[in-house]
Amino acid sequence: MSEDNINKDMDKVSGVETTGHEWDGLKELNNPLPRWWVWVFLVSCIWGVWYMIAYPAWPVAGGATKGTSGYTQFKELTQSQSEIIARQAVYLESFEGTDFNTIMNDSALYAFAYAGGKAAFKDNCATCHGSGAEGSKGYPNLNDDDWLWGGTVGDIYTTLQHGIRVEGNYDTRLSQMPAFGKDEILNREEINQTIDYVLALHNASATENMAGHTIFQNNCASCHGANGKGLREFGAPNLADAIWLYGGNRADIYESIFNARSGMMPAWKNRLDENTIRQLSVYVHELGGGEASVADANAKAVRPLLEE
Amino acid sequence: MPTQTPTYNYDIVRYFTLATCFWGLVGMLAGVFIALQMAFPSLNIEPYLTFGRLRPLHTSGVVFAFGGNALFATSYYVVQRTCRARLWNDGLSWFTFWGYQLFIVLAAFGYVTGVTQAKEYAEPEWYADIWLTLVWLAYLGVYMMTVVKRKEPHLYVANWFFLAFIITVAVLHIGNNLSLPVDWRYAKSYSVPSGVQSAMIQWWYGHNAVGFFLTAGFLGMMYYFIPKRAERPVYSYRLSIIHFWSLIFIYIWAGPHHLHYTALPDWAQTLGMAFSIMLWMPSWGGMINGMMTLSGAWHKLRNDPVLQFMIVSLAFYGMSTFEGPLMSIRAVNALSHYTDWTIGHVHSAALGWVGFITFGCLYYLVPKLWNREELYSLKLVRIHLWIATLGIVLYIVAMWVSGIMQGLMWRSYNELGFLNYSFVETVAAMHPYYITRALGGILYLSGAIIMCYNFYRTIKGDVAPNEFDKDGNPRQAINTRHNDKVVPVNTAQV
Repeated sequence: MSEDNINKDMDKVSGVETTGHEWDGLKELNNPLPRWWVWVFLVSCIWGVWYMIAYPAWPVAGGATKGTSGYTQFKELTQSQSEIIARQAVYLESFEGTDFNTIMNDSALYAFAYAGGKAAFKDNCATCHGSGAEGSKGYPNLNDDDWLWGGTVGDIYTTLQHGIRVEGNYDTRLSQMPAFGKDEILNREEINQTIDYVLALHNASATENMAGHTIFQNNCASCHGANGKGLREFGAPNLADAIWLYGGNRADIYESIFNARSGMMPAWKNRLDENTIRQLSVYVHELGGGEASVADANAKAVRPLLEE
Repeated sequence: MPTQTPTYNYDIVRYFTLATCFWGLVGMLAGVFIALQMAFPSLNIEPYLTFGRLRPLHTSGVVFAFGGNALFATSYYVVQRTCRARLWNDGLSWFTFWGYQLFIVLAAFGYVTGVTQAKEYAEPEWYADIWLTLVWLAYLGVYMMTVVKRKEPHLYVANWFFLAFIITVAVLHIGNNLSLPVDWRYAKSYSVPSGVQSAMIQWWYGHNAVGFFLTAGFLGMMYYFIPKRAERPVYSYRLSIIHFWSLIFIYIWAGPHHLHYTALPDWAQTLGMAFSIMLWMPSWGGMINGMMTLSGAWHKLRNDPVLQFMIVSLAFYGMSTFEGPLMSIRAVNALSHYTDWTIGHVHSAALGWVGFITFGCLYYLVPKLWNREELYSLKLVRIHLWIATLGIVLYIVAMWVSGIMQGLMWRSYNELGFLNYSFVETVAAMHPYYITRALGGILYLSGAIIMCYNFYRTIKGDVAPNEFDKDGNPRQAINTRHNDKVVPVNTAQV
């Protein structure tokens, strides 16, 4: 210990001198900075300076320094997107403008359409129809073979483009079920008799002797068909199968008849591009197992649409 | 020299200590509840108990109510003892206590009733902000004047950190809350800056709320309570100076890393990232100084769970302050931003560092404040330590996994160039991790409840059976201070 340090304290445990100050019994050792700490700090500062030279970093008149690397986040974005665009471009050229018939018969194009539709479905349709297209009350299950407005790829394409009951869209799928109870077309008893009949249709046990038979034929058959099997022209569901869009218990059916139902779906024409809508059509068509496809008579329905 | 024996204001420290415990439980309970809401959305009870309203209740509850009261308690204790001066102006001191509690209640009431500025960690509206400004200036006044009237020639390092915390938080709070009320009779106001300027100011504030509230302030606690509990001198005076100034100089510039790949100009993002990297070592300086304070006294860790709390907190501090600069790197941030990784990062710092150093300090402080020789039970402290550590590990591991998974799922394209996953699928994939996280939170909260029980029994004067003290010696059944080494309440020996 040198003479100048004579009045400084020495810590007995570590053998290091203290700064000579004390607060509430606390002292400080006079250890030097850890060497590695200094080095890492210096290196990170040097790196920091380099980074600020290489990248846009300093605000100057009219913008900021550009940096020697030429980096901008827009370039980075373009670069990472171009990779995706390149992957799609391989197929997109032959997909664009090609009719459904060709697409359905070309396995590569079909796979491309299906993949694109699947991705678009999850981002746009899953909100209502469910991520597995399983639907929920009021939102049709797209995996079954019950197609309200038609199940050919052309029908699906039209539904996607113009939606269902979209205000101001003249090509939209449109129909309106009357509110039989609210508008006093049927009374409570008649509605209950209709429910009995509808449930019987569902169980395939309906007879002409049932009280609801006449009511059904007079009020419901014009849209749902005399046999209750539905009519696609009006998007009127098949009542004779096991699928219930709005629930199949008495309370649900009562609600349907009393207040009527009129679900809606957006028109995607101006929200998604043509390619995406066509990809979605192929994907949804595949989900439901598809109905007699473009290969046959339905092709007629598809062509005019594609020429729009 | 009786004239040099000040009577310290310990009452206010006691009040702040109890407030810390109370708000800690409230804030953590809110945290557990919103974690469960993330796992089970049906727990959102409209309109008052939805995630959107309870989330700020949780963050403000743990950061400003729990953390803030802990900082008040410890800073008021430390400044008096290291300056050998009674806290300046009793009236103003008590105003800071009741004023701060009123602010918390005003803020919390606003959150659940839907009154918010929609600025993260700065949600309270203008009326609460003005009130907090008054309270905070009073805090600064009380603290400064106590320092000015000190009877020690030098200023102890803990006080530098506390002062940096108080001053900078005042600047941040005022800067980020410049807004015009729609009408003085209404709670609603509009921010003076708008667009990306507003965002930049918000994250200048938000990041430095972390830097100066949760780092500098709690480092102040660390610098007093670790050397005290370990009964060792601070490792390096020089390191404390260098890391203090480099920390406060560099921290203030790092905010833009919260806005990578946004409308914020590239140059500002670059600066934010470069300063974040340079911040690594200044942050670690505090950890090194704290840990190395134990050099020559590592054996004290064996029997003293209170010291264990403090040292584990430094380990989490070191981990988080490494992870932070890492996440500020553009390429890493491209993956981590907006994912649960960020949540995990925040919580490894908040639960591990802020929470643990606070628990450690409170465990030291409560027996001193209520004139007890030691806590009711060090065994319970040990149980608290392990339950809470397990809770943190569950929490952060779950968030790391879910965060990285989330980031990878969002950017996953198939070979045809289409996204592999929709957003909702990534949400569904988080479910098991959200449950794990909630479980971690429940464990952490349980630990805090055990701590509060321990304090209750300590204040009552009880000693648990078969207890050992921090040096491993069996304890007597009477829990009052009797030896001369400790300073009696309300008097300090010179």
